[in-house]
This record gives sequence, structure tokens and C-alpha cells, in this order.
Amino acid sequence: MSTIAQAAPPSRGSVLYDPKIRGAAYQILLVVVVAFLIYSASVNAIDNLRAAKIASGFGFLENTSGFDVNQTLVSYGATSTYGRAFVVGLLNTLLVAAIGIVLATFLGFFIGVARLSPNWIVARVATAYVELIRNLPLLLQLLFWYIAVLRPLPDARNSVSFGLGFFLNNRGMYLPRPLIDGDAWYVVIALGIGVVAALAFGGWAHRRQMTTGTQYPVVRTGALLILGLPALVWILTGITAGNPIAFEIPEQTRFNLRGGLQVFPEFVALTLGLVIYTAAFIAEVVRAGILAVSKGQTEAADALGLRSATTLKLVVIPQAMRVITPPLTSQYLNLTKNSSLAVAIGYPDLVQVFMGTVLNQTGQAIECVAITMAVYLAISLITSAVMNSYNRRMAMVER
Amino acid sequence: MTRQIASMALGLGVGLLGAALATGASAQQTLANVKQKGFVQCGSNTGLAGFGVPDAKGEWTGFDVDYCRAVAAAVFNDPKKVRFIPLSSKDRFTALQSGEVDLLVRNSTATMSRDTALGITFTGVNYYDGQGFMVRKKLGVSSAKELSGASVCTQQGTTTELNLADFFRRNNLKYEVVAFASSDETFKAYDTGRCDAFTTDSSGLYAERLRASAPDDHIVLPEIISKEPLGPSVRKGDAQWADIVKWVGYAMLNAEENGVTQANVDQMLKSDNPEVKRLLGTEGKFGEGIGLTNDWAYRVVKLVGNYGESFERNVGQGSPLKIKRGLNALWTQGGLQYGIPVR
Repeated sequence: MSTIAQAAPPSRGSVLYDPKIRGAAYQILLVVVVAFLIYSASVNAIDNLRAAKIASGFGFLENTSGFDVNQTLVSYGATSTYGRAFVVGLLNTLLVAAIGIVLATFLGFFIGVARLSPNWIVARVATAYVELIRNLPLLLQLLFWYIAVLRPLPDARNSVSFGLGFFLNNRGMYLPRPLIDGDAWYVVIALGIGVVAALAFGGWAHRRQMTTGTQYPVVRTGALLILGLPALVWILTGITAGNPIAFEIPEQTRFNLRGGLQVFPEFVALTLGLVIYTAAFIAEVVRAGILAVSKGQTEAADALGLRSATTLKLVVIPQAMRVITPPLTSQYLNLTKNSSLAVAIGYPDLVQVFMGTVLNQTGQAIECVAITMAVYLAISLITSAVMNSYNRRMAMVER
Repeated sequence: MTRQIASMALGLGVGLLGAALATGASAQQTLANVKQKGFVQCGSNTGLAGFGVPDAKGEWTGFDVDYCRAVAAAVFNDPKKVRFIPLSSKDRFTALQSGEVDLLVRNSTATMSRDTALGITFTGVNYYDGQGFMVRKKLGVSSAKELSGASVCTQQGTTTELNLADFFRRNNLKYEVVAFASSDETFKAYDTGRCDAFTTDSSGLYAERLRASAPDDHIVLPEIISKEPLGPSVRKGDAQWADIVKWVGYAMLNAEENGVTQANVDQMLKSDNPEVKRLLGTEGKFGEGIGLTNDWAYRVVKLVGNYGESFERNVGQGSPLKIKRGLNALWTQGGLQYGIPVR
């Protein structure tokens, strides 16, 4: 059709020198080499295992475990499978990691901000905290909390009672456990509605302030919705059908307190140790982030007449978050991975249950280690992905 | 992203390769390897009084340690040519599988799954044991069946942990298990009050009680809840090495049965008793059958002693443990220890 001669593409010479093709070739070569390495290593491992008459494969996950674990978030007993034991260990790891991350973030932000406080004492105390905690090995700190702090508590027959069914002894902390059934579900549902309503109100109030500048007491209203609504339902059902929520109070038996919720000292020691240790690092990250925000921003906010708390909340922290988020992610990953030190204080996390007991009872080291590695890798990658997406949303939008 | 995946895969590949090579320790050459190294690598307890524990000078002593020394005496004519590798219960079989130790004598219970699925072989039983419980006297407990609702400290990765679950399940009792990786931590946790009861093999109970802050405050309950045949183990697939380890044990038993002791073994060389002559190598060529010289058993008795001597010295009347021979008496004295004849 076209009568205009197509401009010939500039000659690139031989395909051998085409950087695109070369690059692709190297990549393919690398993938082939890696695939071969994995393949030959697997074949070698399988052959050797067979030759050494060591059982292999993942069938063991369906065998009966035969051992017990004290802290289980799902039902588990000696008749459960090794696979179930894996789930128990995994959930215990996730529990300590999740609680640890939340608490370490709060404590870390608090200490980090305190370190920059104009109050001499507050700043020095925060500095001392960071320097002391950051420079002692985590394992040492865990053993300190577990052996030196929690172990000397009174024994199980002399528990400290705080009243209302709260007890403390060297076997852990005992709390009354709410028994949720029947009418109690109305209270739970009311709590859910309260939370949703509070969030919706917060969003509405924010938009309202953006458009009109009118402020509403968001915190007070939210608290009223979250606490007041279930309380109201509780009282109403209480009047009509008797108290809907009964509490199981721990009782003294021959050896231990029985019933209620038991928080194990191993869990408390591990969480405390991880939170306090990681918070020291997060504090430094936060301090660095805040110092990275130019002083002019604060001065401008001062000039507008904002109070210093408001300046921190609305001007400094949002800008500092861009600097804080990437190293903060690393700290979250560290906390999660450090939770495997649980093995030293007998907390049944993934490493203790799966790479300890299960590995030893089955003898299938390669499988157990591979699964455990894959799990930590997956947890870390998911954490990173979540934090990266948060970071993208917080990133400066250049216009 | 591709690069990330590639480097991850590479890491995994290298890891796997390492694992694959580690388990590739070749079978059938343990004796040659040991001779070439010049010492036996023996997996031992991290410290259990009477069985395997380093003394003030760093010398390993104990009943299990003697077994390793006896193997070294048979191979090298020198009971000191042993390198002891202290292993926690959870690492011990992996260390044997991967070739880190040539021989594991670490109060380990022989069970069917360990003998068949772990790629290891138990060569015999050097100590017949059973699992028991220790509690504080002031609890006023006199039987393990009264332990309903108790917290029990145990070491993870042991048959103990499984027997414990079995016992409480069988008797329909509730309990809370607190499992630790090392025997040290386990006992310390019990001693400082984390648990009401401590459980392990009864030999271990007596040994650990010595370490308690106040040993007299603790009692061992009468129930024995399991059979724990403790014995040495080796990697599967090297019949010659397994034979050496097995026959060293039988030699010590036969020596005791025939009255051959460390003190009189030289005179016994002149004995007319054909059993003694075969044992000490003055008649027949039995040592060559296991790849050693014919005076192998002479060296074992001369340098380490017979079974009874080792027992009394380490865990029996000559030791602080004062454990009675019980099941571990010779079969001629009502026990279970029975040396297969050398002939």
C-alpha cells in the first residue's frame, strides 16, 4: 500500500552483540544453572537418604504426634498429627510476632520522640534506654526476663490475687475467661457494630473538617460507641434474661490454678524481651526520621501558631514516615525472626515445636528444616509486601 | 523481582546441596576413617552425672563415656583416643546421621522407629532403664497417679516426652507440659519452681537430683512408666563398625561373667578356661573377624574394665549415685545383662 519507503532500522550488526539478546541469554543460562543445581542437589539428597535408610518425604505430617504442647491456639493433643503440631507452632510464632510488632511500634515511637524532647530528663532517660537495651544481646535479655524476673514470682500455691479473678504466680498470669454463648452473642455483635460505627463516624468527621473546618469530638464519640453500645446491650439483656456473660474464674487446685485464661510466663518473657529490644531500634529509626524533616517545617508550623503536639502529629510525623517506613520494615522482620529464640526459654513456637520435637521424633531433618525455612521466608515476604504498599501510599506525590 | 527470585533459588540450592553432601558420608568405611583420623568421635551427653560429664580437669567420665573409651581401647589400644561431642537430645541423631560422630552413646532409648526410620542401628543395650517422676516432698505426693493438674518439665525430642503424654492419656489425667531443649534448662526450670514434677529416665532422676539446690527436698515416685533400653547406636550400612561396637559391649559383659577384671586380666591370659582364652585372644582368631587384632577384648578390659567395674565406678556403689544393679545385673544374678558368647 504505502509508497513511502520504510526507513531501515539502524544496523546493529550481529545478534551476538545485541545487548537485549545477550542479557536474555545470560538470564536463561542462570536459570538453567540454578535449576540444575537444585535438581542435582535434590536427587543427591534423595539418593543418599535412601542409601542411608533414612525415611524421607512429607507423609510423616499425617502421622500421630504423641506429644503434648502447653500453649495451643487451636485444639491439639497427643493424638493429633504432626501437621497439626506444625499449625500449633506456626500460630504461636504469629501470635508473638503480631503482638510484639504492635507493642514495639508504640514503645519505639514513644521512646524515639522522647529522645528528642526538649525536657532534659526525658531525653536522657530515653537515650539511656536505647543505649542499654541496644547493646545487650537479645538472648541474654530473654533469659533475664524469664529466669530473673518471672521465675522468682510466688509459686502456684501462693498466687498473688488481684481480685476479680486475676492471679499471678510463677506459672503465669491467670485471668477470668468470658464464656460466650446464647445471649452473650448480642453483646459481641453490639461491640462489632460499635467499632464499625466509630470508624464510619471518624471518616465522616474527617471529611467534614476538610470541607468546612468544623471539628467534632471524634475520640470521645468513638469511645462511647465502642464501649457504650455493648454495655447498653449487656444491661438490656441482663434485665430481660439474666446476666448474659458468665466468667470462668481460675480456681486453686492441688498443684495449679485451673480454669480461666492462662498467660504462660514463657510467652510473657518472649514478648517482653522482643518488644523491649526491638523498641530500642525502632526508637532510633524514628529519631532519624524526625531529624530528617527540615527544621523549616517546624518553624513554619510554629509561625502558623500550631501547638507542638499538633505540629508533631500533622506536620513532622507524616513527613518522617517516608524515611521511617523502610528501616521499620526491617525491624518488623527482625522481630519475627528473633522470635525463634523462644527455643531457649521453652516457648512452643514454630522452631521449638517443629524443628525441635517433630524433627527429633521423626528424624526427617531436611523436610522439617525446609518447611521451617519456607515459612519464615513467606512470613517475611508478606510483611515486606504489606509495608512496601504502605510506603508507596505514604510516599511524596511529586507534581 | 526476577533477580530476587533467582538469588533466593540459588541460596536454597546451595543450602540443599550442603544438606545433600552432608548426608553423603559414605558407609562401610567407618573403621578406616577412624583409624585415619586417629580417634573415635563419640556423641555424648552434654552433662549427666554418672553417664557422661567432664570432670574438673575436663576429662570426660561416666558409664556411657566408658563405652566410647572401650571402643577406642579396642581400636587404638588407647582409651584416650576419643573426641567427645556433647549433644542435646534433640540434635543427637542428626549428628550421627550426618557423620559428625562415629558412635552415639548418650543414654538413648532404642525404639523401633529410631532403629528403622532414622538410618541408625542400635547395637545393644548397655543400661536397662525406665521413666520415672521426681517431685518436691512438701507436695505430699506419693504416686504418679496423683499428679492430675500438675505442671511437668521434660526435655523435648525424647521418648520421655512421648511416654509422658501416653501416661497421662492412659490414666485420663490432665497436666501441663513444659518442654525445654536441653537437660540443663529442663532441670533448672523444675528446680526453680516452674513445674511440680520433673520426668526423665530413672537413672537420670537420681543423677539430676544431685544437682538440685536442696537434693533432700525431692523424692522419686515409685512408678516406672516405660521401658527404656538405653544403648549405643551407629549409622546403618556399616556392618563391620556396628560389629565392633556391639562386641565391645559383649566383651565387657563376658569379662564380668568370667571374673576377668582390670586388675587380674594379665594373669587371666594364662587361664585354662576356654571361654576366657577365646575372649582374651589366646585361642582362636575372633578379633580378626571384626577387623581388629585378636587381643581386642584384652585391651578393653585392661584399659577400661569389665561391665560391672564400669557400672560400680560410675553409677553404682563407687559413685555418689549409688544406683543398684537391678535389671542391669548379669543374667546369672537375676538381671537382664547377657553377653553373647565369643566363639
